Amino acid sequence: MNYDVMLDVRGLNCPMPIVKTKQELNKVESGKILKVLTTDKGSIKDFQGWANTDKTIELIKQETEKDENGKEIYVHYVKKK
Amino acid sequence: MNSQSLNQDLKNVDQLENYKIEIENLKKRLSYLEEQLADILEKKNKVGIVVFSGDLDRVLAALIIATGAATFGKEVSVFFTFWGLNAIKVKKKLSNKKWHQRLFAFLNPASASNLPVSKMNFFGLGSKMLKMMMKEKNVSSLEDLIKMAKELGVKFIACEMSKDVLGIEDEELIEGTESGGVAYFLSHSLNSSMTIFI
Repeated sequence: MNYDVMLDVRGLNCPMPIVKTKQELNKVESGKILKVLTTDKGSIKDFQGWANTDKTIELIKQETEKDENGKEIYVHYVKKK
Repeated sequence: MNSQSLNQDLKNVDQLENYKIEIENLKKRLSYLEEQLADILEKKNKVGIVVFSGDLDRVLAALIIATGAATFGKEVSVFFTFWGLNAIKVKKKLSNKKWHQRLFAFLNPASASNLPVSKMNFFGLGSKMLKMMMKEKNVSSLEDLIKMAKELGVKFIACEMSKDVLGIEDEELIEGTESGGVAYFLSHSLNSSMTIFI
């Protein structure tokens, strides 16, 4: 999956993953794709809810990966419209 | 020219006039509907929160919702009243106050860092423990959330009447805090899609 900017907010908890993502999106041009790494399980539904409500962003893809310690990482690809 | 075709012409002119009037009416109706739609869209974009409580756990909830809504691109106004004012205080000032106001100021928390929890506070021990637990789980502190809210453009409004009663001055509050009464708050709340009281 292609992306333009990566944001690592692993370790941060609600509401920081979406807040930090929003701040990062403010910095980039529209059309750019942001890859966000989180460890907050709630962020899966958070990003979905955000994309459903805020028409300025688009949630392209979400996936779950495992880091070297076997801990789950939730990856979100967000596009600025 | 015969009279029949003249009559027909007159009829056509009449009908044309009627159409003109109808178009004018439709135009008026359209602009009225456009205004209404703009109103609705504006309302949908606003969120109002009243923070009455000065308890750490409750104010935390308020600030998490405020920062979340601001992330969604909403215009958020948080109205701090009564005990809630403790959350946006930056210092404890005892001078220039009447004796009962001074007592109130002395007994109330000096800032967001000193708020008690609503349950199991045990003279501040509960509050300290909650903060420890939050840190362990990497949850942002109330101070961080307040800072973040300001960065995201969340508007803080302090209740003028509570400030007056408790003798709290502007210099004791976070910089950029506006003051207003119930009408100011209502003008925000009535024009928003959601109002929360905490």
